[in-house]
Amino acid sequence: MSRWKELRRKLMRSRFEKSLDVAPYDPLNDADEMVGDVLRGDYEAQYWNKTKATIGRLATLVCVVLVMVIAASVILFISQKGVSTFVGTGISIRDFILGTIWYPDRPLDQGGPSFGILPFITGSFSVSMLALLFAVPLGVATAIFVSEINPSFGGKVLRPCTELFVGIPSVVYGWIGLSVLVPLIRNHLGGFGFSILSGGIVLSLMILPTITSVACDALKAVPNSYREAAYSLGATRWQVISKVFVPAAGPGILTGVVLAMGRAFGETLAVQMVIGNVPIIPKSLLDPGITLTTGITMDMVNTVNGSLWNSALWSMALVLLILSLFFMSIVKLIAKRSKL
Amino acid sequence: MSVVRKRGRDASVCARRVCANGDFGKKERSAKRLTKISHVVGTNLVLGLVFALLLTGCGNQPNGGTSEISGSIIVSGATALQPLVQQAAEDFMVDHPNAKIVVNGGGSGTGLSQVSEGQVDIGMSDIFAEEKDGIDASKLVDHRVCVVGFAVVAHPEVSVDNLDKQQLIDIFTGKVTNWSEVGGQDLAIIVVNRPKSSGTRATFKKYALDGQEEAEAGMTEDSSGAIKKIVSETPGTVSYLALSYVDDSIKTLKLDGKEPTVENITSGEYPVWSYEHLYTLGEPEGVAAAFIEYMLSDDVQDNLVSELGYIPITEMKVSREE
Repeated sequence: MSRWKELRRKLMRSRFEKSLDVAPYDPLNDADEMVGDVLRGDYEAQYWNKTKATIGRLATLVCVVLVMVIAASVILFISQKGVSTFVGTGISIRDFILGTIWYPDRPLDQGGPSFGILPFITGSFSVSMLALLFAVPLGVATAIFVSEINPSFGGKVLRPCTELFVGIPSVVYGWIGLSVLVPLIRNHLGGFGFSILSGGIVLSLMILPTITSVACDALKAVPNSYREAAYSLGATRWQVISKVFVPAAGPGILTGVVLAMGRAFGETLAVQMVIGNVPIIPKSLLDPGITLTTGITMDMVNTVNGSLWNSALWSMALVLLILSLFFMSIVKLIAKRSKL
Repeated sequence: MSVVRKRGRDASVCARRVCANGDFGKKERSAKRLTKISHVVGTNLVLGLVFALLLTGCGNQPNGGTSEISGSIIVSGATALQPLVQQAAEDFMVDHPNAKIVVNGGGSGTGLSQVSEGQVDIGMSDIFAEEKDGIDASKLVDHRVCVVGFAVVAHPEVSVDNLDKQQLIDIFTGKVTNWSEVGGQDLAIIVVNRPKSSGTRATFKKYALDGQEEAEAGMTEDSSGAIKKIVSETPGTVSYLALSYVDDSIKTLKLDGKEPTVENITSGEYPVWSYEHLYTLGEPEGVAAAFIEYMLSDDVQDNLVSELGYIPITEMKVSREE
């Protein structure tokens, strides 16, 4: 009898273990090696593991300090270079930001150099806003489809497809814009094609993945109980999406939008190829314009380090830095408020 | 904690458990540690060797005694000149295996400021150092290696073949905005310009527009390739391009009846051209001197310079000072 019992017990045990698909816990071989070492009384191994832990902590610390130093020095460098435009040159920050005439090489007898970057700021804002106008509805709709309407097709095909957009170099976007979009706008809408509209459309494609994936994650994070509660009240799918889902994920979606806006502000090459790069405030969507980033790239390489013109470009970089800090703090603010 | 973790454990760990009763596990562990240490030591050794090699390889050895040229120099600056200097540097390094020349772009402003600060050995520029704001030209020595000619180009469907200088000035200053005003069809003129800081734009403004300031209209692009594509595809566009970029996809306009050919430029008939300069801080020495001499030799001037679309400095019958 004891033999039968033993056999049965063994069988049960093996079945149980199989069902768990894991070996029984053995403290001497704990996955966390240190636990095993302590239990086994392996002092050498304990010492070695402690050393490893210290090395790991030190390495992390070094990396963190390095990142902080790099970030701080970049900010300091740009600030120092950017501020030098206003120190002892008679150029006021107000004239710089609100001035509309960008004429850095104006001869002295005509009034001397003029650095007004309002055309650049308006260009940057209008292009980014246009891009958001196109990309937000598309991105949010895609995210709703992926997370709510058809998760299997959306998650397997649609989302990877949009994320593929991230890997395409911006020069390719610019070249496509130059070859396809610009002639299309010239032939069907008027103007000569190089316009803030082209810039906005090209940018909207580039920021679409950011909006889609952040919105997707935000929608996925909405608790399932919300959905079940809404359906149990007899809400239609559209009502669930528009009245429950999107509002609940609102802060997350907004974060994606702000992140995308930051990206739109920073993008240079693709925009430069289709916007026309003229430092004049555009009066219509079909007018050419210029952005802060394209303005910097066009002249940075050809101006001499330390000259006033060069410093003015650094000041434009400083304005960009401040704007991106502003966007980041908006993101943080949204995150903070949505937690409350 | 263990159940979750153990799911991910690999086969070797499971196998270890079987014989964990003895001190086999310990042995195995110390053996593992030994291999790890030897790995670390090995990597460090390799890294050290690589560094040592790099250090000795990059050493800037003075050109002492022997006639063989050795050492390394850095060249940076105007992208217009970069293809020529790059190619010449590669040929030079084949002849002088101990010399190393690194060629970077960066633009004339970068080249001039880096050479005057001593960060690079040679600075490439497409304008005179005296013309650039913020450069102390008195410290720099100018070596003119070739000439670049610029053509006024337009979209192929523009029916105008010739512009006189006043017409060109009127177009670029925004006084004339339709091709019909200069003898062409009724088509709006779109001016494609270079960025204000560009050396090409400075040359064009000085020699084609007599120094008149262009109007901010049309559009601005900073690369010759982009300008060529835009002019070939956008009706009504007019711009200027280095001769090496001109081909059948765009229309070349005559200026005052003169075609922008090599003959017209070398004889001084056609005015829109500029020198390409190599600047050094003081008189060049060592590799830099040998390389500049090589750039000016007949071997390079007669073959490479014309092959890449530049005009040899040796053929110029006219000269220009700043």
